[in-house]
Amino acid sequence: MPRMLPLVPSLPDSASGYGLLARYDGPGVLLHACEQVRDAGYRRWDAHTPYPVHGLDRAMGLSSSVLPWIVLVCGLGGAAAAFGLQTWVHERAYPLVISGKPFFAWPAFVPVTFEVGVLFGALAAVFGMLGLNRLPMHHHPLFRSDAFGRASDDGFFISIESWDPKFDLGRTAALLERSGAASVERIES
Amino acid sequence: MSTIQEHARPAFALEPPLILGGHDFHSITEAVARPLETKPGRGWYACLGISVLLLSLLGIQTAWLFWEGIGIWGLNNPVGWGWAIVNFVFWVGIGHAGTLISAILFLFRQKWRTSINRSAEAMTLFAVACALVFPGIHVGRVWVAYWMFPVPNQMSMWPNFRSPLLWDVFAVSIYGTVSLLFWYVGLIPDLATIRDRCGATLRGKIYGALALGWRSSHRHWQHYERAYLLLAALATPLVLSVHSIVSMDFAVSQLPGWHTTIFPPYFVAGAIFSGFAMVLTLMVICRTVFGLENIITIRHFDNMAKIILLTGTMVGYAYGMEFFIAWYSGNPYEQFAFVNRAFGPYAWAYWTMITCNVISPQIFWIKKARTSVLVLFVLSIFVNVGMWFERFVIVASSLHRDFLPSSWDYYTPTMWDVAAFAGSFGLFFTLFCLFVRFLPIVAAAEVKGVLPQADPHYDETPRLERSGEPVGGGTH
Repeated sequence: MPRMLPLVPSLPDSASGYGLLARYDGPGVLLHACEQVRDAGYRRWDAHTPYPVHGLDRAMGLSSSVLPWIVLVCGLGGAAAAFGLQTWVHERAYPLVISGKPFFAWPAFVPVTFEVGVLFGALAAVFGMLGLNRLPMHHHPLFRSDAFGRASDDGFFISIESWDPKFDLGRTAALLERSGAASVERIES
Repeated sequence: MSTIQEHARPAFALEPPLILGGHDFHSITEAVARPLETKPGRGWYACLGISVLLLSLLGIQTAWLFWEGIGIWGLNNPVGWGWAIVNFVFWVGIGHAGTLISAILFLFRQKWRTSINRSAEAMTLFAVACALVFPGIHVGRVWVAYWMFPVPNQMSMWPNFRSPLLWDVFAVSIYGTVSLLFWYVGLIPDLATIRDRCGATLRGKIYGALALGWRSSHRHWQHYERAYLLLAALATPLVLSVHSIVSMDFAVSQLPGWHTTIFPPYFVAGAIFSGFAMVLTLMVICRTVFGLENIITIRHFDNMAKIILLTGTMVGYAYGMEFFIAWYSGNPYEQFAFVNRAFGPYAWAYWTMITCNVISPQIFWIKKARTSVLVLFVLSIFVNVGMWFERFVIVASSLHRDFLPSSWDYYTPTMWDVAAFAGSFGLFFTLFCLFVRFLPIVAAAEVKGVLPQADPHYDETPRLERSGEPVGGGTH
């Protein structure tokens, strides 16, 4: 399980603003830059790419997502709820003989049990993903950068937040420049 | 382009490129965003106009149906299930290809799917919407349609969960919901792309609201990719179960011609067959109209034609096997049902079906046919027609000659049957026209991911050759 970062971070150093945003020319140089930021010990930072770049998980030192466990629990819960509802309906709430079938006709309950399990699993996958990503979040300091719009087009970025314990405006900017950034800019908070 | 190919050759060009025309990341954004940012041509308005006219036909038909009752359709005593169920199964079947392309091909790492999955998923959603119209309106007393769902009510009444018709309600509505979720999750990064191109306009605000504040973060991508994989893994058994359950509407009954164990796999194969045909029909039009020939390439069509050939042949096998089992069972009612199907009053429909579904796709053994846009388009129409007839044959030919010859009858549709069917096409194409105008029809983020230069090690080899820099040592 990755350690969850606090939802509301402590107030950033006002002189440093939100942090730094560095742009890179391509996925290769970004990957190596991420390795350097990771090895320098930063924790509150992120990479921004127009498509998921393979190998960045490791280069950023991310542990694997907990989402599968959320989906498993919700899917099984949904299936159990559906099976329970069907049993309750036919055993207790509305016991009616239809074409001579037994009340607890469990094989006939399988399709609905399966479908509802899938439904709950899918809802958990989508809303779990949004929850883990803290989305929707329509306002973010990064959107103040004019260059950042390219992150969804053809730009590759690293952002380091100023409330990272390691953050120092001068030294962090130097690290980003050394790692091959095409440009580094300061983002207001 | 030549430099890209040279760079790509050592590690990344193990297979021919999926995207042609020397696209880079930005040019893909441009190609995908163009239809959204330019005024549509007269053709689009014409298509939308015709579709809305047909849609209003569905509205008129439905209003008259609600007023007068299902007697306005050509239903009679042995044939109590007519075009409404035929159209329902037809549309649900078409709705299978989208999720198949998105989910199953995703799990099999078939990267060519990225160019067509978005529009195929949209097609799925719209086809399921059309399908859901029919069970919604054909129940007779529409004001109690909510009885199909387990809604607590003042009568303490509950639906019968042991009935395949109820399984169908769950299967199709959940399939629609999961397809919508899958489609929307896939859209989020592309909506963000459109948002970032709009600036501070009303359009930007709308796309921005829909993009949920996506900022292309890799920490987000990580959960996002996992969610996508999980949705694919959930949707794969779902898509196979849905048409199996639809087939049980028939197979669980005891009617000769319906009561067959081959139905679930046979219906699933037919669904994939018809769905791919519809994807092909729409893609041939879209790529030409929007100039996406380099993104949706002949190679994509070639692959789809192979799947159509495979599933068409499976459907042909199922037709043959039904006859074999009818003979082998020694059951005279079963034998009569099938002889009557091929040589009785509905023989014309049966042979239309065989010609369109089994014989015509065999042309796809020839590579020339699989790569000719014209042949593909014509064939896809044939398959669409054939698959509608398959459902008609199953429904009408099995029902019209009951066990008692005194109740035999012949089913003929009325103009209202035709209006409902034509109207459902109106609904489908209205939604599709709006989709191609207002949403990115190609999954741009995914297509960028399959470009050779998307691999972070893509430009490493040449850099080593150039300057002998150590790999991973940075450029300082």
